[in-house]
Amino acid sequence: MSGQETSKQPARPRSSSLIIALTAISMTSGLLVVLAFQLTLPRINLNKQRALERAVFTVLPESTVRKNYYLDTDGLTLLPDDSFAQANVYAGYNDQGTFTGMAIEGSARGYQDIVKVLYGYSFENQSIVGMTVLQSSETPGLGDKVETDPEFLANFIQLDARLNDASSALANPIVTVKRGKKIHPWQIDGISGATVTSKAIGAALRDSAGQMLPLLVKYESSLERTIPISKGHE
Amino acid sequence: MVNDPRLPEPLSWDTFQQGLWKENPVFVMLLGLCPVLAVTNNAMNALAMGLATTFVLICSGVLVSLLRKVIPKQVRIASYIIIIATFVTIVDYAIQAISLDLYKALGAFIQLIVVNCIILGRAEAYASKNTIVNASVNALGMGVGFTFALLCLGGVREVFGSGSLFGFSLFAPSFQPWSIFVLPPGGFFVLAFWLFLFSVIKERRKAAAQLKQEAGNAS
Amino acid sequence: MELRASPHLRVSPSVEVIMRNVVYALLPICAFSVYQFGISVFALLAVSVITCLLTENLICRLSGKTPTTGDWSVVISALLLALTLPPGFPLWMAAVASFVCVAVGKMLFGGLGFNVMNPALVGRAFVQAAFPASITSWTPYMLPGRFAEFIPTSLATPFLRPAPLAEWIAGKPLDGFSGATPLALMKFDHVPTDSIQLLIGTTAGSAGETSALLIFICGIYLVVRKMMDWRITASVLLVASATSGIFYWMDQSIYPDPLFTLCSGGLMLGAVFMATDMVASPVTPWGVWIYGALIGFVTIIIRLFGGLSEGVMYAILLANASSPLISAVTQPRIYGATKPKGTE
Repeated sequence: MSGQETSKQPARPRSSSLIIALTAISMTSGLLVVLAFQLTLPRINLNKQRALERAVFTVLPESTVRKNYYLDTDGLTLLPDDSFAQANVYAGYNDQGTFTGMAIEGSARGYQDIVKVLYGYSFENQSIVGMTVLQSSETPGLGDKVETDPEFLANFIQLDARLNDASSALANPIVTVKRGKKIHPWQIDGISGATVTSKAIGAALRDSAGQMLPLLVKYESSLERTIPISKGHE
Repeated sequence: MVNDPRLPEPLSWDTFQQGLWKENPVFVMLLGLCPVLAVTNNAMNALAMGLATTFVLICSGVLVSLLRKVIPKQVRIASYIIIIATFVTIVDYAIQAISLDLYKALGAFIQLIVVNCIILGRAEAYASKNTIVNASVNALGMGVGFTFALLCLGGVREVFGSGSLFGFSLFAPSFQPWSIFVLPPGGFFVLAFWLFLFSVIKERRKAAAQLKQEAGNAS
Repeated sequence: MELRASPHLRVSPSVEVIMRNVVYALLPICAFSVYQFGISVFALLAVSVITCLLTENLICRLSGKTPTTGDWSVVISALLLALTLPPGFPLWMAAVASFVCVAVGKMLFGGLGFNVMNPALVGRAFVQAAFPASITSWTPYMLPGRFAEFIPTSLATPFLRPAPLAEWIAGKPLDGFSGATPLALMKFDHVPTDSIQLLIGTTAGSAGETSALLIFICGIYLVVRKMMDWRITASVLLVASATSGIFYWMDQSIYPDPLFTLCSGGLMLGAVFMATDMVASPVTPWGVWIYGALIGFVTIIIRLFGGLSEGVMYAILLANASSPLISAVTQPRIYGATKPKGTE
């Protein structure tokens, strides 16, 4: 606005000069953004990878190495180590390079928003051996107990996830029951006061396991059972 | 302001101090309330948001001031937005590189700094009319004022809502946290409380100044 | 007394008289609640009333007004607030709720006659968000020794977390107390509760919400004395039962029947004593019906599809907030007045 009142009839600049000015600014901006992107990309990837590995190693105890896989109805494909963003399941291996289990994502609607979890599945004892919450915005003090309550987390040390004889679905659908009412190994002992969220986690595991485990068993042959461990490998 | 706003201001303590108290973006102008309410559920998030906004304020202020004679008036808003968006994107990458957890906690509010009216307001009302030094000093003042306000909210909300400050526990583990303070309604309550407190202080000061003046006149 | 010629206008009862009668109507509910849950509820009521009175007095003093605590309205808010809390609610939290109820819900807007929402519900909504665990901890009813012993959570030290109740309840001679209200049992486990129990109040729940029948009778007292707008209560209950009736008809296996809906939770207490708050409800003839219908409908939607098992509080607060709008759009035409040209 300034300057308008000083000159009686402000000279209209030619549109070409406007375009040039905007283009120049946009190009400088683009340059700066690309520069920042290039500079931070390795760090960002490292951070993402660390966060993921932390989650994978939490749900697959004894694991120290992770491999990325992509699983769908067409098969199980091994992906390169750095393309974890495209993967949807992760295989864990221990120090000796022996396969320990598979980490799989699941999600369901909680009290506030979608709750995203990662859980570890062990072929050996056909059960879920670990669970961690990847993303949730549940009520602090109530719903977020699912991330911290030791008794609740103890449910996932060995949660039965056997498949039926035809390997087409879970033999017993995983379900969350009231605290203290757990009688079967495929039941999750819920948290009183966090009923909705603990049920959501049960549903996330049931849906994801019911869909992914049959596929995983079907394409088990594409899975590397052992991997060479080079010294100094992270 | 009695000064002709078209003339560049001389650099003074006021250039910096303006944003801290007299024209504090949150407590006086009530600008940028979206991040003020949304990301102040703990002190760390508040600090990070304050610093990110300050960085964008200073950088965009400097660039706008530098280009103030080059940018044609007709496209100035578009230009400012591009400049601001650039720095916001840079901050966005920087925070992802520093800590993913922090990035997740701040969520979309990093990107939303672009539409924070404090920054566009400063670019239009100050940086585009003043020298680089003035613009950066003023932006720094505004940024510090904004960060201060965010910390005021974030501190109270974290102490009551989680019983900690910057993640350090303040009370015994049996402390009952008041979850409402980390939930959205708590943001409104705490903001209202600070606004109330500051207006009480301001009124008191005004009354005291008036009293002093009257006493001066009488003698 | 003074003799006058016509017109003989009847003097409508003063605010103070109406308010005192509402307190009378609340007393049987309070008494039943104390009988049912014991000394803890008595303390809850006392703390709530004392804190509310002190808060109102303090704020009146601070703002240089003459104290308005004599008009009984603050006592109503205090009693209603206490009746909506769980029996074993920590007393210090009840004091917080009472302070918010009067300070934020009432005095901040200018005192009686200016509150936008029902103060008691503002206080309860605050503690619902602040202490979500304590406000959903229920205790069994009619415990032996309830007049001699406090529920342990009641006496929690201020600012400290109350100890979990499970152990204390386990030590009582009860079989199968689930620690949930009839509504929560229905919603999360599809376990219905007998309607007779709900009517007479032999269930777990908030201090004053258990006996639907008693609340209804107390409401009738107020209606008979013309101190309550029965149309609001009627429309809340009608629409609530109609809405839940539709869902019940669609799928009887998941949705509760209308009678359960009416008698469970805080619906009766809310419809009789809170929705009818004279200040926060509309005054136009059509407005009161719309307002009541909104409460009834929203309550059922929250109960059936929301994350919480009870929705009366939020439904009433929402309707309170929209009551100026409802009043504005339902203004009756003045008799004999013509529509001004060019408007509407």
